Amino acid sequence: MMNQVVSATAAQAGVSIRGLQKWYGEFHVLKGIDLEIASGEIVVVCGPSGSGKSTLIRCLNLLEDFQKGQVLIAGNPLNRDAASVSAIRRQVGMVFQQFNLFPHLTVLENLMLGPRLVSKLSEPQARALALEHLERVRIASQADKFPGQLSGGQQQRVAIARALCMRPRIMLFDEPTSALDPEMVKEVLDVMGELAQDGITMLCVTHEMGFARRVANRIIFMDQGQVIEQARPDAFFDNPRHPRAREFLSQILSH
Amino acid sequence: MYRDHIVKPRATDNPAFMALATAVIFALALFYGVGDGSLARLMGPIVLDLQAPLLRNMAVAGTLAVTLVLNLFILGRFPLRAQVITVWVELLLLFLLFFDTFDLSYSFIASKVGFMITQGVFTTVYVSTISIAIAFVLALLGATARLSSNGFAIAIASFYTSFFRGVPLLIQIYLIYLGIPQLGYVVGAVPAGILALSLCYGAYMTEIFRAGISSIPRGQWEASRAIGLTPFQAMTRVILPQSMRLIIPPTGNQFISMLKDSSLVSVIGVWELMFLARTQGRAEFRHLEMLITAAVLYWVLSILLEAVQSRLEKRFDRAHR
Repeated sequence: MMNQVVSATAAQAGVSIRGLQKWYGEFHVLKGIDLEIASGEIVVVCGPSGSGKSTLIRCLNLLEDFQKGQVLIAGNPLNRDAASVSAIRRQVGMVFQQFNLFPHLTVLENLMLGPRLVSKLSEPQARALALEHLERVRIASQADKFPGQLSGGQQQRVAIARALCMRPRIMLFDEPTSALDPEMVKEVLDVMGELAQDGITMLCVTHEMGFARRVANRIIFMDQGQVIEQARPDAFFDNPRHPRAREFLSQILSH
Repeated sequence: MYRDHIVKPRATDNPAFMALATAVIFALALFYGVGDGSLARLMGPIVLDLQAPLLRNMAVAGTLAVTLVLNLFILGRFPLRAQVITVWVELLLLFLLFFDTFDLSYSFIASKVGFMITQGVFTTVYVSTISIAIAFVLALLGATARLSSNGFAIAIASFYTSFFRGVPLLIQIYLIYLGIPQLGYVVGAVPAGILALSLCYGAYMTEIFRAGISSIPRGQWEASRAIGLTPFQAMTRVILPQSMRLIIPPTGNQFISMLKDSSLVSVIGVWELMFLARTQGRAEFRHLEMLITAAVLYWVLSILLEAVQSRLEKRFDRAHR
């Protein structure tokens, strides 16, 4: 069943992770991860805290370094030289748990910074692009406000729009709703759901199991630095095979 | 400071407190013997006929105590802002009264103050302004070097800050003024003074900049790098603009402090405010007049700078209103 999900055709905008290992000093965080993610696939990574899921996706744009193994982004190996790293980062957008908007810039300026400096767009082009993406996350009316004046949900939607302005082929979400008040989670998940329908490749670390079931093509369950189960959402939620996955689900779904 | 909502009765409404205050002022005044001082002459017509020293002492001390406590009582009923302004004015008046007892020649001050401003204040301000500008650049370079991962840069920057923070400014001024000619370059007093001030303050401000830059959360770097900014772009477009909010207030303090430390370059003969204060009064033995004039001019300059500083702070705070 899994083999159906993992498309055999090597996709252009996919991600290949081979034998990835990482240590923090003595602590072995990632103990050999092998994953193939196809272009356009929506993957949700879940697992107990400390299982290495955030570390894993932060390795994919080299915000975290790793000691062993190989990562291919859209077929290109992840090298450490400045040119390859910036080439990779242009293709990979990232959304953080703490939004990490630039507080000294307005919403519009936050979105225009990358297009202006990295994609070298002209000011009107960058503005048009920024407004288009603000429209897409339904927040265009707040364009001239500062991030501190927005609610958490609005800030996270701005952060998603900021990443999209770089026209990435792959989006990484690192617990995008964990810092939000409960009533704001939905607006962010809705935007992410729409994004998933647009054919962008998504890797999402989240505890939102409803979202995972609805939107994901595949669930990856991690524990103690290893991928111990991966399956289609219905299979994973209705019939988890690994005892630790079962225990995790019973805890997270029971409340 | 944190303001709690506990209701406390005003101390100035408390009879016991006020009585105690009166008693303390009265006792101190009596002990000091105000009956023979200038205060007694001020009250001359009233206490003139009191011949006994003790009686005169008591009358003057009593009047003083009652006046001060009454002042305290009235002030206690003012709103905060009025309190601040009134106390400021009262302290200033006391200060002026104190200087007045020095028996200063105001005509001498009036004849010199113009020159002290056009020559002294002007030189002080322009030496300090150029120095703080150079120090700002040095501090930026120093902080970036200290935070870099380049061993040479870290070593050079930490050697620089260690030396210039560890040696008295006065010695640095002499070393630069007397040392550079040994290398074959003759430097004027003004360039040497500017060099010494900017090197010294650059070293102090390196630490301020370093703290400002380090205090920006990691996530800001990560977000900048994730959208593809180069480290230089991340630094100049994201990190530094945010650190400025934290850097500007202490830099303002450094400038005010430099304005006063620039008096040290008078030792190498720069005609700034302190130099004039020491030399202008010499011929007529009017040292105190000139020193007090210089003190007032330095003070006024500092007050002006504080105002500029608070405007700058507001500007860099625009995202945090």
